[in-house]
Amino acid sequence: MSDLQIRIITAVCYVVLAPFIAGLLDGMDRKISARMQGRKGPSILQPFYDIKKLFHKQFLSAYRLQLVLVLTYMIFVVMTGVLFYAGLDLLLCFFALSTAVMFLILASSATHSPFSSQGTHREMMQMMSYEPMVLLTAVGFYLACGTFEVNEIIKGDIPAVVYLPGIFVGFVFILTIKFRKSPFDLSTSHHAHQEVVKGVTTEMVGKEYAMTTITEWYEVVFLLGVIGLFFITSNPWSILGAVAAILVVYFLEVLIDNVSARVKWQLMLKLAWSVTIVAGGLNLFILTLIKH
Amino acid sequence: MAKIEKSPWLLHYDGSSCNGCDIEVLACTTPVYDVERFGVINTGNPMHADIFLVTGGINSQNADVVKQIYDQMPNPKVVLAVGTCACTGGIFKECYNIKGGVDTVIPVDIYVPGCAARPESIIDGVVQAVALYKEKQKTWKNTEEEGA
Amino acid sequence: MDKLACTLICLPFLMALLPAIIRNSKARAAVVYLCGAVVAVLSVYTAAKWVMAGGKAFDFNLPNTEVFDKLILVGDFLLMFLIIYLSFKWKKGIISILSIVQTFLVAGIELFGPEPKEQFVIHMDWLTFIMILIIGIIGVAIGIYAVGYMHGYHIHHHKELKDRRSFFLAMIFVFYGAMFGLVLSQSLIWLYFFWEITSVTSFLLIGYTRTEEAINNSFKALWMNLLGGMGIAVAIAYAILVQGTANLYDVISLAGASDAAKGALIPIVMLAFAALTKSAQFPFSGWLLGAMVAPTPSSALLHSATMVKAGVYLLLRLAVVMNGNYVGQMVYLVGGFTFLAASCLAISVSDGKKVLAYSTISNLGLIVACAGAGYQETVWAAVFLIIFHAVSKSMLFQCVGAIENTTGSRDIEDMQGLIMRFPKLAWILMIGIAGMFLAPFGMLVSKWAALKAFVDARSALMILFICFGSATTMFYWTKWFAKILGVNDNKSRDLTKPNEYISMFFHAILLVGLCVCFPFVSDYVVLPLTGEMFDEASAVISKGNIIVMVIMIIAILVVPTLSYLATKKTGAKQVLAYMGGDNAGDNVNFIDAVGESKELKVSNWYLENVFGEKKLFTPSLIISTLIIVVLMSTVVGGAF
Repeated sequence: MSDLQIRIITAVCYVVLAPFIAGLLDGMDRKISARMQGRKGPSILQPFYDIKKLFHKQFLSAYRLQLVLVLTYMIFVVMTGVLFYAGLDLLLCFFALSTAVMFLILASSATHSPFSSQGTHREMMQMMSYEPMVLLTAVGFYLACGTFEVNEIIKGDIPAVVYLPGIFVGFVFILTIKFRKSPFDLSTSHHAHQEVVKGVTTEMVGKEYAMTTITEWYEVVFLLGVIGLFFITSNPWSILGAVAAILVVYFLEVLIDNVSARVKWQLMLKLAWSVTIVAGGLNLFILTLIKH
Repeated sequence: MAKIEKSPWLLHYDGSSCNGCDIEVLACTTPVYDVERFGVINTGNPMHADIFLVTGGINSQNADVVKQIYDQMPNPKVVLAVGTCACTGGIFKECYNIKGGVDTVIPVDIYVPGCAARPESIIDGVVQAVALYKEKQKTWKNTEEEGA
Repeated sequence: MDKLACTLICLPFLMALLPAIIRNSKARAAVVYLCGAVVAVLSVYTAAKWVMAGGKAFDFNLPNTEVFDKLILVGDFLLMFLIIYLSFKWKKGIISILSIVQTFLVAGIELFGPEPKEQFVIHMDWLTFIMILIIGIIGVAIGIYAVGYMHGYHIHHHKELKDRRSFFLAMIFVFYGAMFGLVLSQSLIWLYFFWEITSVTSFLLIGYTRTEEAINNSFKALWMNLLGGMGIAVAIAYAILVQGTANLYDVISLAGASDAAKGALIPIVMLAFAALTKSAQFPFSGWLLGAMVAPTPSSALLHSATMVKAGVYLLLRLAVVMNGNYVGQMVYLVGGFTFLAASCLAISVSDGKKVLAYSTISNLGLIVACAGAGYQETVWAAVFLIIFHAVSKSMLFQCVGAIENTTGSRDIEDMQGLIMRFPKLAWILMIGIAGMFLAPFGMLVSKWAALKAFVDARSALMILFICFGSATTMFYWTKWFAKILGVNDNKSRDLTKPNEYISMFFHAILLVGLCVCFPFVSDYVVLPLTGEMFDEASAVISKGNIIVMVIMIIAILVVPTLSYLATKKTGAKQVLAYMGGDNAGDNVNFIDAVGESKELKVSNWYLENVFGEKKLFTPSLIISTLIIVVLMSTVVGGAF
């Protein structure tokens, strides 16, 4: 099989499988969380039941264009993932992702609902908190592997994480924000968590909410792919290592979610930026010195 | 439980309850009763909710609020009155500001009596609500199709 | 060609007389349109003719160069007398010292110093080509907008102000002429003269309304720009006395030579310093922020197509000799720092024009940083930034001006739900904002290129500046963008004049066109430019990625439309937004604690305690001053 064929197949697999993978992960998340809290927890397929139900609800709308914006958000996130799994430029993927998030922000702010607006502002704040680290991650890969192309990065001989320990830590840190896990689930939260009602998703009814959730699943698979990218090399066995790393990181996020309480945005901004500067910045600085 | 709708999301509204029932409702989500194993999520948002769970009677101030929240819930939806006050007005029934039970403002589907209602009976009410939800979904689908 | 260049420089100056003497407002408008059209056509024709002739850099003289030399000498003194007169009139006499010192320095050396060798005075190459087009097209569009805007400004909104529209429009034409002269000159003395004209003209434009604030801000602009002029004057003095030349390109090649004399960097650092003041980098950002008090067209002119672009133009010229030395370090550190600091400051302000001003400073910072790094990749990015910034910023200023004329406020909080009230203005505003930060529009591509170039240059500090600056930039634009799409039922009449719309729509189309044609602009304009400067040229962003970007642009236009069509049929029941069940019948009012209806106001976050001007402005000034002082003295001291 040619390189191009593999890339196309991976991208197609992403589009088809991502919701199932992330849905299952989400189900596992709920189960594990429940067990950590001494409960039995719902079925592992619960997220899919929720989605199915949401699609069968009546569609109410507080703002006519919201559905358009949500659909656009979804398409752009899927596009981001496709770019990534097709092995294109990593920086481009991150830029596309922030454009996608823009549409979520527009969708939630457009309604003039106080809860939704509050969520929007927090979402923007989250974006400002994690964005430097996201860009630094791409830069780190470029310095470590000499290219932004995902397709080239996975052909290295040494896993990128060897060069990028600090950046890896920073990325896992901001992943908590991106996954909307406690202590950084400010803009909206999952499962039974509540904060300012439901933040950005407050006004999203039925299928809108279902679409937002599915979009988040696509995003999760994309971001976990980036985690995998830290470990993948030209050796096919490294894929196993990458999968293991992804599972460990995901478990870590669930653990953090269950052992921490929500913080204020001030602290989030401070923490995220400090980690970016200390872990990411130091790593970057050393890389610029050793990698010429 | 296997055959019923698997994802009932609750909206819990405290009318003018003495908080006794509210405590019991929340108790359902604790590890002892763990309603989440049935997929129940206590959401705070009418737009996401399937089951409207009201505790306490209706007074003149919250009547409009209850009505509005009810309107903001997408069909199909089930209303559950939890506790004697929510069912009839209870001991507050004759108060100057109390209108009576929840059914004075919105149609109630299931009544869960008790002062305070016990978690077991609340869960039982929810389970019945889920069954009713399933039925309502069918009729709602039909009316939708007729409408279209 | 020489005649053409001569006309291009002189004609706007002569045209400036027309609006100045015509008092009838209709006739004056017609004359301005006509003259504007002539200038635009002339600039495009010049540029096109030069490209047709092969697009090779070449030097030439204007007809009767000696006469011009004399004129410029006289002009220098006239400007000096004007400054002395005005600064004493407004009791700021001290500022005139700056002007007197530099004018006598330049004139003295020109008259009594050693005779520099005869050289051509005009230089035309790809950078000039781009600048001419920007000034000719964007600048003129602003001029056309100004006619309608100033009408509304005086007739509807500011009846208390003295109507000095003739003067205003005349100044705009003077600006065109000065800018054309500035980008075409290769003689430092000529450059200095045109530089001073832009300083003085911007000073006059900022002080247009003659309110106390306007006067103060205009003098602030004046002294900062004169300080920059001082830099050029010193550079001229050094070049003539020590290096025996008064030619910009000689000075550059002397500094770039492998056996460069010790002091060869001194004129470069002086010129770079001048450019930093003009492009409003910290610590000289104050004047550009103050320039907001002027009527919007002049802000648009100063911020987008002219004035500040003169600074970055000069820096790009110097870019070839700034790679890897202290001058470059000074320039890119100041630029990178300004990029971050200004974008942080922009978060805390809610005045639309002020946000635009900070964003200008911030973007200029990025351009300056790119120029200072002095790699061909960064120059590639810088040129794109200049182009996209000119178009989108000019459009945004015009749009905010139109909104202010229509609604009476330019505060972002008052733009809630603009899309419902004035859809046309809202669309223009949204395209402009999208152009400033959203992938895959122009500014972001340039930012991307800049980031990549700095990574290639292994500059960790600059990478951090860009990463954090991008995040803050995104924050302040996003919240503005989100505001526009809200709900608001207060409909009112749109007072925007058709000619304002013509200019704004023209910009919008130009912006989208530029984005879509990005690969072509890169191949046929910007790559030849970097090739000319560095002997080698390669695009920073690969072809494949650019194509993906273009696809994304199309997707951004197409996907929402398709989504709209796909969801059009979806029967949605309208409900009220959730306000805890307390809506008073709509989404804007709620029932308060005493049972009365109250309006719900949703406000953006301005984070005064984190990013406020009070907190950050002074530290920014101090840090940037330190960078400049330390590195400048290193360069100058290193020569001895």
